[in-house]
Amino acid sequence: MEIEAAKMIGAGLACIGLAGVGIGIGNVIATSIATFGRNPASQDKLQPIMFLGFALVEAIGLFALVVAFILLFG
Amino acid sequence: MAGPLEQFEVKPIMTMVFEPLGLNMSFTNSALFMAVGVGIAAWLFKRGLEGASLVPTRLQSICEMLYEFVRGMVLDNVGKEGLRYLPAIMTLFLFILLGNLIGMIPGTFTYTSHIVVTLFMGVCVIIAVTVIGLARHGTHFLSLFAPSGVPMFIYPLLIPIEIVSYLIRPFSLAMRLAVNMTAGHIMLKTFGGFVIAMGIFGILPFLVAVGLIGLEIIIACLQAYVFAVLSCIYLNDAINLH
Repeated sequence: MEIEAAKMIGAGLACIGLAGVGIGIGNVIATSIATFGRNPASQDKLQPIMFLGFALVEAIGLFALVVAFILLFG
Repeated sequence: MAGPLEQFEVKPIMTMVFEPLGLNMSFTNSALFMAVGVGIAAWLFKRGLEGASLVPTRLQSICEMLYEFVRGMVLDNVGKEGLRYLPAIMTLFLFILLGNLIGMIPGTFTYTSHIVVTLFMGVCVIIAVTVIGLARHGTHFLSLFAPSGVPMFIYPLLIPIEIVSYLIRPFSLAMRLAVNMTAGHIMLKTFGGFVIAMGIFGILPFLVAVGLIGLEIIIACLQAYVFAVLSCIYLNDAINLH
């Protein structure tokens, strides 16, 4: 197999990791919405933590993206 | 026609190369927008607080909101002792926020999209936090890596994991910010390319690009907040060991 083809296939495989990120972010936001619904007073305290959690989970997806970029352009 | 990656090239505006020592101290587009960002922050606080009144004017209101936001964040995450480090956290927050937002203007350069800039900031934060922890607690600082309430036989496994997860913090901070900015801008340029390539149906990628710009502005502010909040959390780890 040529190296170029292997790079493309590797980059595509690296993006499979983004499935976990989708589940993770959905989990964070879903739990946050449920909590805000049950206890509206908690929204002011918990919303910053929700944003922090979202960014932390998104970072993992970006690590997978970095692997894909390294394979495609490195 | 340029591809989506050309926007990240660092181009010298005023070339200043000193050949004998091999120094390249050119004033680049990255340095220009860093200067613009710092200038905006300095102007905002100087002009906003000039005729400071009890009922704030609009610019003073912006300064007060920024200050209260960052101060509240430091108080929440570190406690009263963290207020000594408020200027550092505020500088970090404003530098990253202005860098991200300036990059949203078409034709400018996002200096926070380069890993060298964000890695330097991340390493500065970790070195500062480690030095603060060591100065405050001495060798007791190393108890950070050995949490209490754990059975003895797990320690040989747990301590290396804790050390590695501590040392990876600057890299995760740096990569989170740099790749968020890079990926966002690549997406914008790709959709921009679709608009031209699709002719009359280019209205559809155009609408997507408008939505994406809104999302990118949200992500810009969010990433600045996350960097600052994580720095506060690492500072809290060093000052109040667990």
